[in-house]
This record gives sequence, structure tokens and C-alpha cells, in this order.
Amino acid sequence: MTDLRAVGAPPRLEWLVSTVAKVHNETRRARTLVLDVPLWPGHRAGQHVDVRLVAEDGYQAQRSYSIASPPESPSLELTVERLDDGEVSPYLCDVLRVGDGLEIRGPIGGYFVWDVAQGGPLFLVAGGSGIVPLMAMMRHYAAAPNELRADVPVRLLYSARTLDDVIYRDELEMGSRVDARVSLALTRDAPAGWGGYRRRIDRAMLEEVGWPPNESPRVFVCGPTPLVESVANLLVEIGHVPSRIRTERFGPTG
Amino acid sequence: MADTPFIARGFHSRRAPATPGRLPPGQYETRDFPVLSAGPTPRTPLAKWDFTIKGVDDRSVRWSWDELRAFPHETPNVDIHCVTKWSKFDTSWEGISVDTLLNAALAAGVQDAPYVMAFSDGGYTTNLPLADVTGGKAWIAFGYDSAPLPPEHGGPARLLVPHLYFWKSAKWVRGLQLLREDRPGFWEQLGYHDRGDPWREQRYQGDP
Repeated sequence: MTDLRAVGAPPRLEWLVSTVAKVHNETRRARTLVLDVPLWPGHRAGQHVDVRLVAEDGYQAQRSYSIASPPESPSLELTVERLDDGEVSPYLCDVLRVGDGLEIRGPIGGYFVWDVAQGGPLFLVAGGSGIVPLMAMMRHYAAAPNELRADVPVRLLYSARTLDDVIYRDELEMGSRVDARVSLALTRDAPAGWGGYRRRIDRAMLEEVGWPPNESPRVFVCGPTPLVESVANLLVEIGHVPSRIRTERFGPTG
Repeated sequence: MADTPFIARGFHSRRAPATPGRLPPGQYETRDFPVLSAGPTPRTPLAKWDFTIKGVDDRSVRWSWDELRAFPHETPNVDIHCVTKWSKFDTSWEGISVDTLLNAALAAGVQDAPYVMAFSDGGYTTNLPLADVTGGKAWIAFGYDSAPLPPEHGGPARLLVPHLYFWKSAKWVRGLQLLREDRPGFWEQLGYHDRGDPWREQRYQGDP
């Protein structure tokens, strides 16, 4: 493996105090924070940031959150899923408000990343809030010039519990109009007349909606560990080359 | 840390404090065992599995699964710390001390060096000073919680270096390459720290 790193001491990733410019609820459990970050160095689709909260008594908690906004966006967006027994996500979802400062550092991660110049076809598989870094890729794709997009067909398979748990639902429905084929799989309840999948992601589904192995797609899978483990194993069984499959597993991050 | 922290308005701890001195800065305790890896779980049949220690002069020793398992076992009970902020206390493992394997390799003529690169199925690598895997601080682990190490946690065997962030504990490990000079492994090339001491919060390149 070649050394990708430049010679010399690397600069420290500094903690930056961002300002909450906007917040909006995506679902009952997920909220997007729109942050103004002075001196943000830019990021790639799929990267994450560390968030640090320090209480007045000095107690601190840190967590990592995927970046939802594409590199083209002037502000940094994080979408946070609220975990009731957590201590950082309830703060970010319930307490933090417009005008507050929020300490972040990043961007972090250089493997689970994609840009349109890398080409495709692209197959994105998300479970739950695992959609967040994949949405940054979709948004980056949507922002690319038409001639670049034409050569990079995109398919997204997204598994959520119910339709109300689908993060970025409106935008994903629009996303299907920029050549990205979006398939939804609902694992618990589906509304009457639901035309999408009504089961967990399985091999048949991956074969129906994904690209066949001979198209050599780049595949990104993000979600809870059982989903990622199962999807990645099935993709290898179907015949996809393991090195074309990149995974990010969301453990419990409270 | 040197930087003055920014106080988050209205933030208070919601967790009972962990045993003092046990949780490194920025970490929280979890009782689950999260899985983090960059790609699909590789699967090598044990009949084809081997473990290699390569010296700096290309002289190497290689053990089959059965040969490796014939070395004396240890059962470390340790706390582990992931750079993604979770820590897990009192994890119990079964494995072979890296000291045992290195001594056997040196006795077989493998040439010593001050750094190692662990390498794994799937192409993963991670770099460590030799001093961080010797002196009773590291194991090649094949058992977890009185059972074979599950594939998603790195089975059949993983490196276990509990005093460093857990990305150093390479899953699906297949060997150690001794190196005269340090050089970055997989995550280290992608911005993670070359050493990764959780007590000093050595998360990313440039951290103290």
C-alpha cells in the first residue's frame, strides 16, 4: 500500500465552535442541525465530524456524526437520531437551538467517501439513520453537472421501520427524478396501497434493485451492524468483489 | 487538552460516572460490543489459515492454525477503548501472548526491528511500535467470552492491544511484519494517529 500522506508533521484537527443557523425535524426521532462553521476546510461526501459537549462542571462527552450536506453546500449539516437513553443525541435534538454554539472537529474519515469523478455505477444501501452519509453522496451527485451524472447511474436501497421513519423522504422522492433510482423497504408498518418492499433487505431484493456484479458497481453500505453485516455478506455471495464494498456500521452512539 | 473548552449551554451529564480513573477522556462506557470495519467480513477456512511473522530481511516463520493453537494460552481480562468513543470494561479473551510468538520467531532466526505492521485478510494493516506489542501487552486472540471469536469481531483471530485504541487491534490478523522504520497502516494513512493512546486522546494525526 502506498503512503498517501504528505511528508512532514500533519496539522492538528482543531476544535471549531460552529453556530446553529437552523434546525428542522426530519422524522419523530431525527433532527437536522444546519451549522455555520468559520474556517471549515471543506469535506467529502461520506465523512463525519466529532461533536464535543462540555458541561459547566467540566464533564465532557464526545460522539461522531455523519455529515449530511454535500461538499457543495456552504453550511455543514448533521442529522442526528435521538436515542432516548443517550446523553448527546437528546441534547442535540431537544436542547440545542438556533444561535447556540456547538463544538465540532473534522472532517474525519477518508475511506467511506465518494465523489462523482470516481465514477460508478453506484449502489447505496442504507438502514435507518445510516442514510445520512449516503445522502451526502446523493446530494453531491445531484449537484454534479449533467454530463458527469450521465455516466454514473445511481441506485439507492433504503430500509426503515415505517414510512414515517424515512429520513429525507421528500427529497428522496425528488431524487428519483435525477436518474437515481430509489427503492424503499419498510420492515414494520406500511401504509395501505404501499408499492415498495415490505420486508428486511434480503438477497432477492439486492439482486432486483442493485447492479449485477459484472457492472462492477461501487457499493456503500451504512446502517446498524446486523443490517450491514447481512447486506455485505449477501453482496459477496452474489458475486460482488469485497474490495468494491465499503461499509460503515452504526454502533450505539448515545 | 491545551485548548479551552467551549461550554455547551444547558448540557449536563446524564450518566452515572464510571469508576474513577477507568474511562479515558472523551469516552463513554457501553455494555454492547459494537462492530466497526471498513468492508465485508472476510472468511478464510481454518485449513487455509496461517500466521506469519516476517523479519526485516525477509526471513519469516509461519504457523498453521493448529500449530499456532499449540502455543501456551493466556486469558486476558481487559478494558477496551474505540476511537469512536465507546469503551467496554472487563472483556475476557483467550489467546497467545505476542511475546511468546515473537520469541519463537527470533529463536527461528527472524530478525528483530523496532516497529511492526500487523496485516489482515481483506487488506487491512495497522502500525505499532514493537514496544506496544511486547512486555505482556498484546495477544493474538481467538476466543472471546469463553467461545470462539465471532467473525464480525475478527475471528478466527485478531490482534488484541487493549492499551491502545481498538483500531490497532487488527481483526482477521494473519501476521506481523517487523519494520526498521515506522510507516502508516490503513487508518493511519487516512488521518488516524500513528500510536493511538486513549489516555492521551491520540485519535487523529497531529494530536499530541
